[in-house]
Amino acid sequence: MTWLAIFLIVVGLFFLVVGSIGILRFPDVFSRAHALSLTDSLGAVFVLAGLAVYEGFTFNFLRIFVVLLLIYLMNPVISHATLRAAYRSGLRPTGEKDK
Amino acid sequence: MNSFFFFVLTTLIALMLVYLYRVVRGPSIYDRVLGLNGISTKAIVVLLVIGTMFERVDMFVDISTGYALLNLVGALAIAKFLEEQGAQEK
Repeated sequence: MTWLAIFLIVVGLFFLVVGSIGILRFPDVFSRAHALSLTDSLGAVFVLAGLAVYEGFTFNFLRIFVVLLLIYLMNPVISHATLRAAYRSGLRPTGEKDK
Repeated sequence: MNSFFFFVLTTLIALMLVYLYRVVRGPSIYDRVLGLNGISTKAIVVLLVIGTMFERVDMFVDISTGYALLNLVGALAIAKFLEEQGAQEK
């Protein structure tokens, strides 16, 4: 059980590291948000699942699972709202033709 | 196992510094909002890792739930405000 927890946490850390490389290197807001939000929700969900498995099947397992669900529902909503604001205020992705 | 959790904690804080670079140097304000969102997601995970290290998860889970809800409301309010401001500028 401990080894399963370590495996899940290491996989989650890998996703988080890849996402932060993407946020350093991508050129504009939209591609950076692509790198950030996808890897961020998946990596955080993996790390929290590892912590919940390490905790064992107690009441705290359910509570960590609630935080996991909250992150997994919350992250796409926030990035969608921010990117809609960016698009409506006139920013365009690089490579799209000006209308 | 405790040293492994310390390693996880150190890695997460190093990643938060990378996001902080994007918040400080971001070309547009939307980069800063997204970077703050990433930092607060990692802060939730850091709180739970600290709770597992000290074997007091039942206390730290409540703090991280409240932080997640505050992050959701704050980021949505900032996005709504910026959207209306951008529509006025056209």
